Amino acid sequence: MLDIKNLRVAVDGKEILKGLTLKVEAGRVHAIMGPNGSGKSTLSYVLAGRSGYDITEGSITYNGEDLAALAPEERAARGVFLAMQYPVEIPGVTTMMFLKSALNAQRRSRGELELDAITVLKRVRAKAAALNVSEEMLKRALNVGFSGGEKKRLEILQMALFEPSLAILDETDSGLDIDALRLVAEGVNSLRTPERAMLVITHYQRLLDYIVPDRIHVLAKGRIVAEGGKELALELEAKGYEQIVKDAA
Amino acid sequence: MSSAALETKDTVASLGEKYKYGFVTDIEMERAPKGLSEETVRYISAKKGEPDWMLEWRLGAFRRWLAMKEPKWARVHYPPIDYQDAYYYAAPKNTPKKQSLDEVDPKLLETYNKLGIPLSEQMALAGVAVDAVFDSVSVATTFKEKLNEAGVIFCPISEAIRDYPELVKKYLGTVVPVTDNFFATLNSAVFSDGTFVYVPKGVRCPMELSTYFRINASETGQFERTLIVADEGSYVSYLEGCTAPKRDENQLHAAVVELVALDDAEIKYSTVQNWYPGDENGLGGIYNFVTKRGDCRGDRSKISWTQVETGSAITWKYPSCILRGDDSIGEFYSIAIANNFQQADTGTKMIHLGRNTRSRIISKGISAGKAQNTYRGLVSVYGKAENARNFTQCDSLLIGAECGAHTVPYIESRNPSARIEHEATTSKIAEDQLFYCLQRGLGQEEAVALIVNGFCKEVLQQLPMEFAVEAQKLVGISLEGSVG
Ligand SMILES: Nc1ncnc2c1ncn2[C@@H]1O[C@H](COP(=O)(O)OP(=O)(O)OP(=O)(O)O)[C@@H](O)[C@H]1O
Ligand SMILES: [Mg+2]
Repeated sequence: MLDIKNLRVAVDGKEILKGLTLKVEAGRVHAIMGPNGSGKSTLSYVLAGRSGYDITEGSITYNGEDLAALAPEERAARGVFLAMQYPVEIPGVTTMMFLKSALNAQRRSRGELELDAITVLKRVRAKAAALNVSEEMLKRALNVGFSGGEKKRLEILQMALFEPSLAILDETDSGLDIDALRLVAEGVNSLRTPERAMLVITHYQRLLDYIVPDRIHVLAKGRIVAEGGKELALELEAKGYEQIVKDAA
Repeated sequence: MSSAALETKDTVASLGEKYKYGFVTDIEMERAPKGLSEETVRYISAKKGEPDWMLEWRLGAFRRWLAMKEPKWARVHYPPIDYQDAYYYAAPKNTPKKQSLDEVDPKLLETYNKLGIPLSEQMALAGVAVDAVFDSVSVATTFKEKLNEAGVIFCPISEAIRDYPELVKKYLGTVVPVTDNFFATLNSAVFSDGTFVYVPKGVRCPMELSTYFRINASETGQFERTLIVADEGSYVSYLEGCTAPKRDENQLHAAVVELVALDDAEIKYSTVQNWYPGDENGLGGIYNFVTKRGDCRGDRSKISWTQVETGSAITWKYPSCILRGDDSIGEFYSIAIANNFQQADTGTKMIHLGRNTRSRIISKGISAGKAQNTYRGLVSVYGKAENARNFTQCDSLLIGAECGAHTVPYIESRNPSARIEHEATTSKIAEDQLFYCLQRGLGQEEAVALIVNGFCKEVLQQLPMEFAVEAQKLVGISLEGSVG
C-alpha cells in the first residue's frame, strides 16, 4: 500500500530525512519510534503533503500512485489521514461544522453524494460516545480551549468518521490519561481491517501494549536505524535509544 | 428550515461564477438627459409626480451641493468623478404604478429570480417582505396586505411622498440633514427611489422587511433613499441586499439611509452589500459612497447596524448612531472584505448624548490581494451623557503580503464618568490552520472560507438566519483566488 524509497526531505534548506525507506502492506500496523527531533513528525507531514517539506530525492508510492504529486486534500480524499501531534485551533468554527464540511469535501472529491447535517450528526454521535467526546465539545469551536487529551480524542474521532485507508498517528498517546489511552487504542483497534494500514508514531511501549504492531522501526537522524517485531519496543524501553542507535552505527 | 430559506441556500449553492450577479437585463429604459442641473432635478421630481414641497427640498439641496467639495479624508484613491458624465435617472419603461406582481415585466421578475429573490408566496413563508428597487424605480412591493393589517407602512419612498406626506415631512432629513455631506446632499437633490417604513406604536413588525437594490443600466448613478421610523415601543428588522452587473466603467452609488427610533423602539438594520467589485485588475466596479445614520431619539431605544460588505470598488460608509435618548443603545457589527484592488474605508460613529447610553462596535476587516481595508470609527461622549459606555473591538485579518489593514479610532469624551474600551487585533491565516483543513480534505478556497467565516462569526450571528447562510457563502466567494 505504502512504499517509501530512499526519501530525502529538506525543510528551509535543511535536510531532515536522509534516505528513508519503508514499506507498509495493507492490513498492517507499523510503529515508528525514535528520539526527539529524529524526523518522525517530518515524515508524517511529508506523507500528508504539508507545504514547505521538499522532497529532494526518493519516492513515495501509495496504492500505485505517486503520492507526492497529489495536493494534501487529494491525499485526504484518497484515504490518507494524519492524526496530528499538535491539533490546530480554529476559532469561530464549531467542531460539528468542521466535521461535516471535511467529510463532505472528501466525499465530493470521490464523486460520492454529500451527506445532510442530520446524517452526519448521527454518524458523529455514534463514534463520539465510544471515545467519550461530549455533545458540548462538538458545539464548541474546533480545538479551542480543548485540553491536550480532548484534542487527541477528537483526532481519533475524525479518523473513525473518515474511515481512511492509511492512518498516521503522530504521538496520539502523549497527553492521554490511562482511561483515555485505552479508549483511543480501542478506537484504533476497531479500525484494524485487512484493507487498512496504520503508521503509529510513539515514544512509549505502553501504547504498543494496546495497539500491537506488526513491525517496529526506529528512526534516528532522518534514517531507519533498526527494525524488528513487537519485542523491539521492550528492548528500546530497557536500553534506551542511545544504545540502539550506537549498535546500528 | 422554511422553503424560502432552502431556496436561498440552493441558489447560493449553485453559484459557480465568481460574480454571478454580473449579468445585464436587456430591458428598454427611460432616462433623464445626461448630466446634472436644476433641469435634471425638476425632471426627476416630475417623473415621480411629486408635490411642490418635495421639489423645493430637492432644489435647495442641489443649490447647496453646487457649493460643496467632495470629501478627501478617507483612505481611498480614485480618479476624479465627472458628475456631468452620468445619468441620474433610469427606469424600466412601463413599469411604475403596478398593482400586483402579474403586471410586472416578466424580464424583471426573471432578473430577481436569478438574483435568488423569489418574489413569491414563498417569501411570505419565510416571513420576509421584499421591496425591489431596479435602477431608479421601485418595482414591486410584496405582502403589503399582511403588513397593512399590522398597520405597518412599507412602500417605495416615492409612494410615501404622495400618500403619507405628513409622515415623510416630519422625518425626512432629520437624521441626515440636507447639508450633511457632499454625497448626502447630492442624494437629497436627485434621489430617485428607495424605501419608506413606518411601524406604529407598540407594533412588532410581523415579518422581516427586505429591499434588494439592483443597478442595471450603464453610466447610471443610483441614489436611493431609505427612511425607517419606529414609533414608541415598536420593533422592526430590515435587510437590504445589493448587486450590480459587471461593467468596465465605475458607477456611482450614493445612498442615504435614515433611521428614527422613538421611546422603547428597536430597529435592526442589516446589509449584505455585494455591488460589483471590479475585476482582478481593478477595472470597473461600484463607487459606494453611502450615508447611513440612526437616531435613537427616544429613551430606551435601540438601533443595531449589521453589515457584510463584500462588493464595490470603493466603500465609503459609516453607519452611525446618535444616542439621544436616555438609556438608548447603539450597535455596529461589521464584516468588510476587500480583495484584489478593492478599497474599503468603513466604520461607525457612536454619538453619546443621553445618560446611560451604551454602544458596542464589533468590526471584522479582511484584506486580500492588493486591497486596502480601513476601519474608521468615532466614539464621542458629550458632557451630559452621564455613565456612557462603549466597547469597541476591531479585528483585522490579512491574507497574503500585498494588502493592508488600518485601524483609525477617534475617541472624544467630555464626561469623566464615561467608560470606553477599545481592543484591536491584526492576524494572518496561519499556515498550520490551513494545512489542518487541507489534511482533512477541504480544498484551499473552502478552507480559507471556513477560517474567515469563523473569524467573522460574532457578526454573522447577528444576521437573520436565512441571510446568514447567504452571507457565509458570499464571504467564501469574495475571497476566491486570494490564497495559492
Ligand atoms: N522549519 C524548520 N526549520 C528547521 N528545522 C526544522 C524545521 N522544522 C523541523 N525542523 C527540525 O527537524 C528535526 C525533526 O523534527 P520532527 O518534528 O520531525 O521530529 P520528531 O521526531 O517528530 O520529534 P518529537 O519526538 O520531539 O516529536 C528537528 O531537529 C527540528 O528542529
Ligand atoms: Mg514529532
